[in-house]
Amino acid sequence: MSEPLNSVLIENVRLLDPASGLDQMGALLVQHGVIADLGAALGRPDGVAVFDGKGAVLCPGLVDMRVELGEPGGEFRETVASAALAASAGGITTVAALPDSMPAIDDPALVRLLRSRGEETGRITVLPYGAATRGCRGEEMAEFGLLREAGAVAFTDGARAIGNSRTMRTALAYAAGFGAMVVQHPEDPELARGGAVTQGELATRLGLPGIPAAAEAILVARDIRLAELTGGAVHFAHVSTGEALALIRQAKARGVRVSCDTAPPYFDLNETAIGDYRTYAKLSPPLRAEADRLAVVAALADGTIDAIASDHQPRDADDKRLPFAQAASGGVGLATLLGVTLAQVHSGQISLMRAIELLTCAPARLLGSSAGTLAKGSPADLCLLDPERAWQVNVGNLPGKAQNSPFDGRALEGRVLGTWKAGQRVFG
Amino acid sequence: MAHRHLLQIEGLHPQQIEAMLDLAESYVLLNRSGKTQRDLLRGRTLINLFFEDSTRTRTSFELAGKRLGADVINMSVSTSSVNKGETLLDTAATLNAMMCDLLVVRHDQSGAPNLLAQKVDAAVINAGDGTHEHPTQALLDALTIRRRKGRLEGLIVAICGDVLHSRVARSNIHLLSAMGAIVRVVAPPTLIPAEAARLGVAVFHDMAKGLAGADVVMMLRVQRERMNGGLVPSAREYFHFFGLDFDKLAHAKKDAIVMHPGPMNRGVEIDSAVADDPVRSVIKEQVEMGVAVRMAVLDILARENRRNV
Repeated sequence: MSEPLNSVLIENVRLLDPASGLDQMGALLVQHGVIADLGAALGRPDGVAVFDGKGAVLCPGLVDMRVELGEPGGEFRETVASAALAASAGGITTVAALPDSMPAIDDPALVRLLRSRGEETGRITVLPYGAATRGCRGEEMAEFGLLREAGAVAFTDGARAIGNSRTMRTALAYAAGFGAMVVQHPEDPELARGGAVTQGELATRLGLPGIPAAAEAILVARDIRLAELTGGAVHFAHVSTGEALALIRQAKARGVRVSCDTAPPYFDLNETAIGDYRTYAKLSPPLRAEADRLAVVAALADGTIDAIASDHQPRDADDKRLPFAQAASGGVGLATLLGVTLAQVHSGQISLMRAIELLTCAPARLLGSSAGTLAKGSPADLCLLDPERAWQVNVGNLPGKAQNSPFDGRALEGRVLGTWKAGQRVFG
Repeated sequence: MAHRHLLQIEGLHPQQIEAMLDLAESYVLLNRSGKTQRDLLRGRTLINLFFEDSTRTRTSFELAGKRLGADVINMSVSTSSVNKGETLLDTAATLNAMMCDLLVVRHDQSGAPNLLAQKVDAAVINAGDGTHEHPTQALLDALTIRRRKGRLEGLIVAICGDVLHSRVARSNIHLLSAMGAIVRVVAPPTLIPAEAARLGVAVFHDMAKGLAGADVVMMLRVQRERMNGGLVPSAREYFHFFGLDFDKLAHAKKDAIVMHPGPMNRGVEIDSAVADDPVRSVIKEQVEMGVAVRMAVLDILARENRRNV
């Protein structure tokens, strides 16, 4: 019996699967879009296409748990199709999409729309977040049950913090009934109001309105207590300060249902990247002092941080070519997620296995997704990478439409050589 | 001066500052003699681009430019338009097409002159940007102090008022610290920027202590909208504790001078009797020095740019 044409044997690769702890040279067989077999000694079935990995690392396709897609409403900045191109180039095969679009993803039909927009690309699975409140306005709770049924993976107001304590309490309690977590942008909205950078010496020198770093810890402390009160699960996105991480570490030790992620800018850059009013380094939360960056690195290693997300936020030139305080915050991150994370491996802070875990099975588990593993029978979402290959981030030549990377000029080691989505080669 | 623009005091070398003050000094004498140097900037175009109203600073630059023979054009751009940034960069393109040589910019956003400087061919002079810097104000203040006190080094200068929102304070702190003066800031904690001490100043929340032994008392304008319970409970409370009157001034040295960048809120941050005192107040002199300092800055930048061409 001859094998169907969509069979491929990827051989001579270092198989790396954090979900099972697998790390060995071998091969992986894809049949009918799923992982049929993998291991050190794999026979070549008749008629199978053979791909020589030349010793590179083969790991699960990355799962990016925080992505702002341009759709719906911001198509001039990015479309699902252009984001998918960038994702493929970054080895990403699954993205969780934020709901604070125009309109907000507060209706089951919109959840289904985003899922199918992802499928249409053939490159990525889109896991939509549902809005925590209608219109992400922070007032009335959205229809968690119906959104969940339509495929929403968790609830959040995206880049907007749920500032009202009562609303957050209700959301945590109600979401728990549907087995979903609430994802918070941890920043006290009143302390952050009008701010453009982290409060401190740099903000003072540049004459820019500052946001105290404590604005993060203040909301984290409150929400940990609300999670304890309600028994709900809270997830803090893009955590960026040592103080907030210390609170999360303590809460985890107490058994509170709390988790968190961070994004590459917060362990690779500090506020000095702003330099002479560089708006591409204007992010939300804002870049922090060096001591906070070091605390984020330590929390990646000790397990306080559960996942790394790109925190991809497409912006166009009109959003960014403004005086700093008026410019939009946010940076693209799909294409650089892996490379910037691997810098922590090269500097000896975390192992390659831990890095890939933070980018695959760990975020998938948080989202209740079965993606992010090399388990037999799961979709063949794969990333082939050379951890040593050097390249340079060059704004203007990044894959995808939006080019607002805070990492312009950054030299990186670690490049994606190939990406497969459900067995189809989509990059490399 | 090894710079093409004058965007900020921070980063300037003491020798550069000294050179500017020395040149400005010569322009004070020239102005007082009633002579002009209209050949110096003949054929050069100076554009005053003001996104924020300021009669005083604009007039001072206009006069400075005209006394050196430049063609001076005033452009006031409303910032009430929806997309301010587009206006800023569109304006930059327009100015390039006009072959402007010297561009004086006032903007309500910190860093706006830096952004313009990246896009225009002209030498950009920051005439005040948001809460960042106002370099020519610091230079004219320094010239005023130097003429009165004969030096800057070792003087105790107390800067009092809304330091948090003051570009004048930032430029003065950088300049006076660079020149070896001892700089204090005096204000309620809500009007002191974060990590102010890292700029090399001593922070005081009490006028008596902050002014003790001071050679120079520099008052800052406090905007009324800060005093509606936002950062300060009321104007009367502010004046009671931080408004400069003769009682508070008595804590400073007997010959301490009083400065204010204008426009003043009489009865809020400064008592009229102090502001108008012919011996202690040097506020009118500051205005005179402003023209001389701006002539010096235009002169230096025009020379610098000629070299680049």
